[in-house]
Amino acid sequence: MTAIADSASGEPRARGSFYFRYMVEPYLYLSPAIILIALVMLVPLAIGISYAFQSVNLLRPFQSGWVGLENFQTLWNDRKFWLALTNTFWWTLGSITFQFFLGLGLALLLNTQFYGKRLVQALVFLPWAVPTFLSALTWAWLFNPTIGPLPHWLAALGILSEPFNILGDPNLAMWGPITANVWFGIPFFAITLLAALQSIPGELYEAAEIDGASSWQMFTKITLPFLAPMIAITVMLRTIWIANFADLIFVMTGGGPANSTQILSTYIFTTAFRKLDFGYASAIAVALLGLLLIYAVILLVLRRKLVKI
Amino acid sequence: MRTLRQSSPVAVTGKYLALGFYVLFALFPLYWLAKIAITPDKLIFTEGTALVPSRFTFENFRTVLLQTDFLAYFRNSLVVSIGTAAITTCIAAAAGYAFSRFDFRGKRLVIAVMLITQMFPLLMIIAPIYKIVAALGLLNSLTSLIIVYTAFNIPFATFLMQSFFDGIPKDLEEAGMIDGCTRFEALRKIILPLTLPGLGATLGFIFTAAWSELLFALMLINSNETMTFPVGLLTFVSKFSVDWGQMMAAGVLALIPSCLFFIFIQRYLVQGLTSGAVKG
Repeated sequence: MTAIADSASGEPRARGSFYFRYMVEPYLYLSPAIILIALVMLVPLAIGISYAFQSVNLLRPFQSGWVGLENFQTLWNDRKFWLALTNTFWWTLGSITFQFFLGLGLALLLNTQFYGKRLVQALVFLPWAVPTFLSALTWAWLFNPTIGPLPHWLAALGILSEPFNILGDPNLAMWGPITANVWFGIPFFAITLLAALQSIPGELYEAAEIDGASSWQMFTKITLPFLAPMIAITVMLRTIWIANFADLIFVMTGGGPANSTQILSTYIFTTAFRKLDFGYASAIAVALLGLLLIYAVILLVLRRKLVKI
Repeated sequence: MRTLRQSSPVAVTGKYLALGFYVLFALFPLYWLAKIAITPDKLIFTEGTALVPSRFTFENFRTVLLQTDFLAYFRNSLVVSIGTAAITTCIAAAAGYAFSRFDFRGKRLVIAVMLITQMFPLLMIIAPIYKIVAALGLLNSLTSLIIVYTAFNIPFATFLMQSFFDGIPKDLEEAGMIDGCTRFEALRKIILPLTLPGLGATLGFIFTAAWSELLFALMLINSNETMTFPVGLLTFVSKFSVDWGQMMAAGVLALIPSCLFFIFIQRYLVQGLTSGAVKG
């Protein structure tokens, strides 16, 4: 009925309704989201980038003003920054490698049939629901020889010479947060990869089986190619997310001992939170953002070359 | 589908061993947390690494609940998390609906901006947010936390809701609209009831995210009255770092709400992602 009425009343009315549906109505639904994101994220982001070129220190309020690239010059000569950069690399690489392979293993296991599957699935995904600060505290306690069993077990296995807290040893401390992060992050990979696995058509495996393919052949010729796009996107998002992820390290070691676990994001946070030096913290953040952008671009180009989908 | 082949007993045993390893690895830290929480103070050091305490007590929970501020922290966190989850879900449902049902000018741009907000270091805006919130006189208020967390969570929640809406055939509301409903009525009466599981999953997900957030809460809150649970627990740890039993009892309490929510939502989560993945 409305369609007939529209066309009868002539051209402008129809165009108005088209205009409404194409330009206005969607934005009625979207506007709360867009306004909030703009005000709470985009505007502060722009301000944050501008802070990187200013001196903004709440402890020295009278020395504020534009300083050009001074913050970045300080950054270039800051030994702590380069150390944090190296640590960020190892932290991200270690975490993502273990999370990915253990998560893939779990997803493959959960994609088969076995007794008690629903219970097992709920239990293994549980670490993801544990608040990060609590995962961090729990693992810090587990590594503490007075109340945690881990140092004693590691010593019994001969990995440690005696049961001491590895979080206090500059050479080993990074393994503490990495372990906690792997524990916390396996479910993410398992959930996303399981979802991708479940969308692979079962007929492919049946056909392969009839043709006499081995399990390994089915895995490399069917499963992996189907998973590849999902793997590429999750690994990329996860790498960026882990590189930005400061909570675990901040709670477990605070970046210590001797900055051996200081990564860029914890360095940003401690500079802003403890020293209230917002200008310098923003400069580090801009540097981190730039590095992550470069990484994302490289990965997207690689993906386009390798994955033909 | 994959059970056509007869599996060898070795492979089956290996599979169950591997599953057992994953379950143990996932649960052990939480078990240890609970174990220390119910171990009487006197036994914590003598039975250091015993797997099961010889006696147990709920004294630590009583002390934490009655003699510390944790009940107040708990309440603050509940207010922030429920507020964030409710507001985010409403806004994200509207936005997800727009993405799912409309083709409009600027759609790709809005999606791109939302994706970008998920990529840049959130810590980058911690300093500007602090200054803005301070200028508005909203430091130490739960409102500021709710607003900030809502904005952080909208993009992900929107994409989640979009995938749930995509799973509902368009014909349903078009039928309703032909019968004389406006689009909004069709959305409210026909689509929303169908997407209740999706709304539940989104609520639960955002609740958990808001419940765990630490760094912005640390920055924006420093009065004892408005501390959220993570900030309170961390302050407690740095002040009374020898009360192991009490700290872990508080930890167990912090775990309860997010775990409850998670148990409800985890099935829907895989479902939602699967429908998204099928679509490609």
